[in-house]
Amino acid sequence: MIRQPEPKADILARRDAIVAALRALLPQDAVIAEPLRLKPYETDGLAAYRQVPLAVALPDSTEQVAAIMRYCHAEGVRVVPRGAGTSLSGGALPMADAVVIGMMRMNSILDINYADRFAVVQAGVTNLGITGAVQERGFFYAPDPSSQLACMIGGNVSMNSGGAHCLKYGVTANNLLGLKIVTVEGDVLQIGGAHLDAAGYDWLGLLTGSEGQLALVTEVTVRILRATEGTRAMLAAFGSNEVAGACVASIIASGIIPVALEFMDRPAIHACEAFAHAGYPLDAEAMLIIEVEGSDAEQDELLTRIRTICEQHSPLSLKVSRSAEESLAIWKGRKGAFGAIGRISPDYLCMDGVIPTSRLPEVLRRIGEMSREYDLQVANIFHAGDGNLHPLIMFDANDPDSFHRAEQFGADVLKLCVEVGGCLTGEHGVGVEKRELMPVQFAPHELIQQRRIKAAFDPGWLLNANKVFPLDERAAA
Amino acid sequence: MQQPEAPTSADPIAPSDEAGIAAAVAAAGLAQEPLLVMGNGSKIGMLRPVQAARSLSTRNLTGITHYSPEELVITARAGTPLADIEAALSERGQHVIAEPPDLSALFGTNAPQTIGGIAATNLSGPRRVAWGAMRDHILGMRVVTGWGEVIHSGGRVLKNVTGLDLCKLLAGSHGTLGVITEVTLKVLPAPETIGTVVLPGLDAVAGVAAISAALGSPYSVSGAAWLPARAAARVPALAAFGAPVALVRIEDFAASVRYRTHRLRDDLRYDATILDDATSRTVWRAVRDVVPHGATDAGAVWRVSVRPSAGPSVLREVIDGIGATGYLDWGGGLVWIAAPATAPAHAAVAAAARAAGGTWTLMRAPEPLRAGIQVVPPEPEALARITRRVKAALDPRAILNPGRMYAGI
Repeated sequence: MIRQPEPKADILARRDAIVAALRALLPQDAVIAEPLRLKPYETDGLAAYRQVPLAVALPDSTEQVAAIMRYCHAEGVRVVPRGAGTSLSGGALPMADAVVIGMMRMNSILDINYADRFAVVQAGVTNLGITGAVQERGFFYAPDPSSQLACMIGGNVSMNSGGAHCLKYGVTANNLLGLKIVTVEGDVLQIGGAHLDAAGYDWLGLLTGSEGQLALVTEVTVRILRATEGTRAMLAAFGSNEVAGACVASIIASGIIPVALEFMDRPAIHACEAFAHAGYPLDAEAMLIIEVEGSDAEQDELLTRIRTICEQHSPLSLKVSRSAEESLAIWKGRKGAFGAIGRISPDYLCMDGVIPTSRLPEVLRRIGEMSREYDLQVANIFHAGDGNLHPLIMFDANDPDSFHRAEQFGADVLKLCVEVGGCLTGEHGVGVEKRELMPVQFAPHELIQQRRIKAAFDPGWLLNANKVFPLDERAAA
Repeated sequence: MQQPEAPTSADPIAPSDEAGIAAAVAAAGLAQEPLLVMGNGSKIGMLRPVQAARSLSTRNLTGITHYSPEELVITARAGTPLADIEAALSERGQHVIAEPPDLSALFGTNAPQTIGGIAATNLSGPRRVAWGAMRDHILGMRVVTGWGEVIHSGGRVLKNVTGLDLCKLLAGSHGTLGVITEVTLKVLPAPETIGTVVLPGLDAVAGVAAISAALGSPYSVSGAAWLPARAAARVPALAAFGAPVALVRIEDFAASVRYRTHRLRDDLRYDATILDDATSRTVWRAVRDVVPHGATDAGAVWRVSVRPSAGPSVLREVIDGIGATGYLDWGGGLVWIAAPATAPAHAAVAAAARAAGGTWTLMRAPEPLRAGIQVVPPEPEALARITRRVKAALDPRAILNPGRMYAGI
């Protein structure tokens, strides 16, 4: 179990005064302090951890966020920013002495500019909401995390979220132009704007993925892209992980950049097929979903090339979609993966390591060994183009020993990712979940250096202070 | 090579390994002696001059240390010339995605630029508009901080959100926060073929409207520029048009390039010209390397970045106001400006950029001018305070390229 930092006793003692002060700063209904109404904010997508916060503030403007921060900074009150609460790493887990600043009321789209291909949105607009606002003109916002229906762009910025199409379109950091932020002192700053590559230090790049450690994000200027003429998918099934991995390498080496390249192992195939009846090959050890873009003729050309490559790797079966409907059917199982695993096991941990793609067969073999050692089932879903591995570790939340083993198993998988040359997290963030594993990837002096940067923005460690950095090593910063 | 500005930059401390760099930085820290940090010094004429008695170069840290084509990852020591990296990638049909410019003509130098220098300056070419900046593809770095310590950030995998992204902070920090000793890049397959649609005779406003329509088309445009007749005349393949040209680039397999350039020509204008692969390569190299503002032009050169539709008005303002010349890349959003190297000219460029809500970078000017003006936009005080603290967090004795971007930082 992961510990929480010691709450500040003086803050807990002043709770009523702090709530009253926040109520004076914000509209009547924007401060929550009643225990029953605080309950929904006690956890996020990492539901194993819960902590009721001191209070919740729901600002509806940047000015209100700034007012909250000026007050909290002056009073030494910690804050925890929160979007939709979909973080799988506990990025929005509250602290007992912290005010949660929920961004869900800041859900306006402020500007859409097709000629200059950007949109300005408030932090509480959902990821899919951006695409929804521009798709009638054929545009979209590229990063597409699985939670895109619910997750908010402010959280995407904080976690530098990815998705299934990163190989071609990049992650959140590659699709931003500007941010409006509120500093810990309550100053409002515009970083970047509607133009590319602002001169000076790359604060935009540093803030993206900083997990709420450096500032609060209230507005985001994103690039919007025109969609290509169409997309189509194909499915290839193989008799081993090694062969499927070799096929991925051959596709990349051929000069084709597929827009998506998803890998599922045998347990994932079976779980998804039982759930979605997508026609997945149950005899396969590994399966690839490969998606290409362009006109119908371009899609045909690319799929023919890829088919030829796949055929050189003795596939068990190949299914090339002939229509948008058939593509949807191929994706149906993959997109329902979380629901499918949830049907087998109501509780599971979704891990998020990254490995050099050439090490996939070895890593899957060792995960299989760990699965037997820990006596827990695991299914692996892998963004094969970029090496982002999502083992879904199934456990029983009613059995504390099972949960403990699942956490140990997950930690071992992430250590393995680092050991083979990868990293602890590709798109979910460190949060509380991987906080204590940071020394696996970073030397002590490197963590001290990162903490110095954190302290340059937030000298009093008021911003999301229970995340990212190992709890015991903070004093050194 | 252009005469270096600082007295000893021609004879820098140039260790042959990372430990040597760390030792040199540590020694400079103990002595409280600022260092001019550089690779081969090919872009040393950018931004403000550094007041330092000694120079530290990474030019002897050379060599590709890791290249995995099927994983799209390459790692090289900071002093490795870009040309060496491009050659290694080319053998496997891959390329550096952000297409960094070769500014040797602009700076009048033949020093080969290093990958460390490119990372430290975060300069990207025409492909930036579609595929991201140099910093977008820096997966990992090793850096010697002002504390004299070696740290790494990122790694050698394509996705990584573990901890603060110091690669982004270091990229484009011009050696003021650390000495980059090794860089890992994401690379991609190089396109089989390049094609260019040329729309001659459009003024800047109409030209940007056309290339903006192309960028908003479903045809995956990877370059979009507008050159006035005078700039086009400097590019042999374009001179014959005798007119301003709007340029749209497609890079892909040959059949796709043929299909999409023709679709764009039909959608944009029936009398557009399509350039073949070889000609396209020459034209876009010229746009990338700022050939329209070569070494033969006296004076100062700026890069202004604004929203694409504002590019023409920025250009018009500086042409009318200070007799500047210029051209537009990045769909209109990157304005290259050349004008007399005077403080009033700089003020006019800065004012035009600011009025359009964008930013400027002084790329080239004589040292006295560079020393006395804001070469990049000043930061508001609340941000400048953070900047000072971040600088102190990485370079506590202020020995790394002091004053290169901002006076006193």
